[in-house]
Amino acid sequence: MIAAAGRSVEKLVSLYHRMVMIRAFEEKAIELFGKGLITGSTHPCIGQEAIVVGACSAVEPSDLVLATYRGHGAAIAKGCDPKFLMAELLTRVTGCCKGRGGSMHLCDKEKGFLGTNAIVAAHIPIAGGVALSCKLRTSAQVVLCFFGDGAACEGEFFETLNLSGLWKVPLIFICENNGYAISVPTALSQATPDIADRARGFGIPAVSIDGNDFLEVQAKAGDAVARARQGHGPFMIECKTVRWERHSAFSAGRYENPEEAQRWKKVDPIPRFAHHLLEMGATAEHLSTAEVAARAVIDEAVEFAINSPLPEPRSVYDGIFAEGQRAELP
Amino acid sequence: MPVVTMREAINQAICEEMRSQPNLVLLGQDIGAYGGTFGVYRGLFEEFGPERVRDGPLCESATVGFGIGLAISGMRAVVELEFMDFATVAMDQIVNQAAKLHYFMGGQLSVPLVIRTPIVSRMGMGPQHSQSFEAWFMHVPGLKIAIPSNAFAAKGLMKTALRDPNPVLFIENVKLYGAKAEVPDEEYLIPFGKVRVLRPGKHVSVVAISGAVPDALAAAEQLQAEGISVEIIDPCSLSPLDTAGLAESLRKTGRMVIAHDAYRTCGVAAEISQRMMEEAFDYLNAPIVRVTGLDVPVPSGHLHTQVVPDEEKIAQTIRQLMNRGDLR
Repeated sequence: MIAAAGRSVEKLVSLYHRMVMIRAFEEKAIELFGKGLITGSTHPCIGQEAIVVGACSAVEPSDLVLATYRGHGAAIAKGCDPKFLMAELLTRVTGCCKGRGGSMHLCDKEKGFLGTNAIVAAHIPIAGGVALSCKLRTSAQVVLCFFGDGAACEGEFFETLNLSGLWKVPLIFICENNGYAISVPTALSQATPDIADRARGFGIPAVSIDGNDFLEVQAKAGDAVARARQGHGPFMIECKTVRWERHSAFSAGRYENPEEAQRWKKVDPIPRFAHHLLEMGATAEHLSTAEVAARAVIDEAVEFAINSPLPEPRSVYDGIFAEGQRAELP
Repeated sequence: MPVVTMREAINQAICEEMRSQPNLVLLGQDIGAYGGTFGVYRGLFEEFGPERVRDGPLCESATVGFGIGLAISGMRAVVELEFMDFATVAMDQIVNQAAKLHYFMGGQLSVPLVIRTPIVSRMGMGPQHSQSFEAWFMHVPGLKIAIPSNAFAAKGLMKTALRDPNPVLFIENVKLYGAKAEVPDEEYLIPFGKVRVLRPGKHVSVVAISGAVPDALAAAEQLQAEGISVEIIDPCSLSPLDTAGLAESLRKTGRMVIAHDAYRTCGVAAEISQRMMEEAFDYLNAPIVRVTGLDVPVPSGHLHTQVVPDEEKIAQTIRQLMNRGDLR
């Protein structure tokens, strides 16, 4: 099966599988939070799966990704094992961060996933520095930095637009504009409707696209990555989407306009992508097989996490400082 | 042995490590041909060029953030914050990011980043250019803090900082930049967490930090003529803090004065004092006393001398302390 633009349908179905894994992972996270197995909070990205999977499918395993506390999807999209992610959400010692990061701090350096961050926009200049490192090391790597419309109002976002535009670093800004910063809708937070305009103001080319259209995200990310790899510097992709769930499982209430949420559910990126795949020649059986397999992976991840031990209490003192020489990037 | 200024000693340390570590990059404002706000980087731009000595825009927060990004991905960075007061603009990156990434990422990332920043407390530059915030950073797990008081210490501590896989806040002092000391040609490193006894004494221990060190030394000289033998101790690093080394001095003298330019309330002196209570209470012949900056905004111009310690304030405090009887 060969689809348009050289994209094999098998490959695309595997990405569909990945989107369903993210959906299932987040549904389980909400369930486990409700059962008290996840403490603190957890921030689901349900409804935004096309952005992270689309963008990460445009990069190589050696490329680097940084994301936000709403970053479980980005981690899975970059290839992190859901077992170690779920164990981290349950702060088990088997978690990707040894059970001390939790839901908002996921990292898997081996997979080029340099972490999610719980201070809004703080990871954006860090991603800029990682991109500068790629440039100075002439590594040919590029960096994807996911952030939300909330972060697009923080000073560090603007500072990083300026610095990355100035230094032409291989950084792809990917704005997941989901319409809300906790409870505040973009109508009350954004001076202009398109966050992409901010990048243009710093000489960085940018597009605003439908973030629920997987193929569109993948195509635009592919262009941006190719451009960055050729040394043409940063690019911004603003992906318009919507947050289905509350800000976090801990949040006090639902803030969205329910009618708007219903409207967005009609453009759920997963059935939408399924529709494209069927048009491209995938069968309903291909898709249902992928869905079943994806949910099985997440069920196994939950089993693994629940059956993993908690960290030793005394281990709180371990690893405050790095010892000796640091490990290099893979 | 060559005699150099503290400014030159820091420059030498960075220059030598730039030569031996090709992945070491400097970030900051006015650090190119200008040579750094206070001239510490003179000649580095010419030798290492604009890729490694990266002059940039005024954005302290993103500059530290970029430094962290470099550090977690195979490079090492030094960020210069022009005045310590400006660290306020970069607090999140220092406190929530640099200090904690290694810990909460389960050890996968490390942050070999040096943040250099000078205290400018004694030049009358006013309330936004004269503050000493070392205590704030001492409060944060995951940061190391070096705070040299002369050229010899500065070079050895900077070499240590530039080989540490962790974030190090390197606090300099503009008043001390021009002061000279012997600095050997051969390489040496001074470890963090070890006090230096700058002047041995018998009757009272004075823990002096950064700009207070020359005043404490001068006060000790003055008091020697009065028959009071003062031991001067420089902690050299605040995180880690050599509690044992400080307590050892206190056990010997039975009295302690702590001097720093920073505000009094919740200052480093308060922490040291508490640690001495825990470590060596039975050896105290008198209460531990502080000579610190006053808890007022630092005024511009002439008034600023009222709010920071000087030789006389330290000497007078020691005299009063020596008049206190044995508590036991």
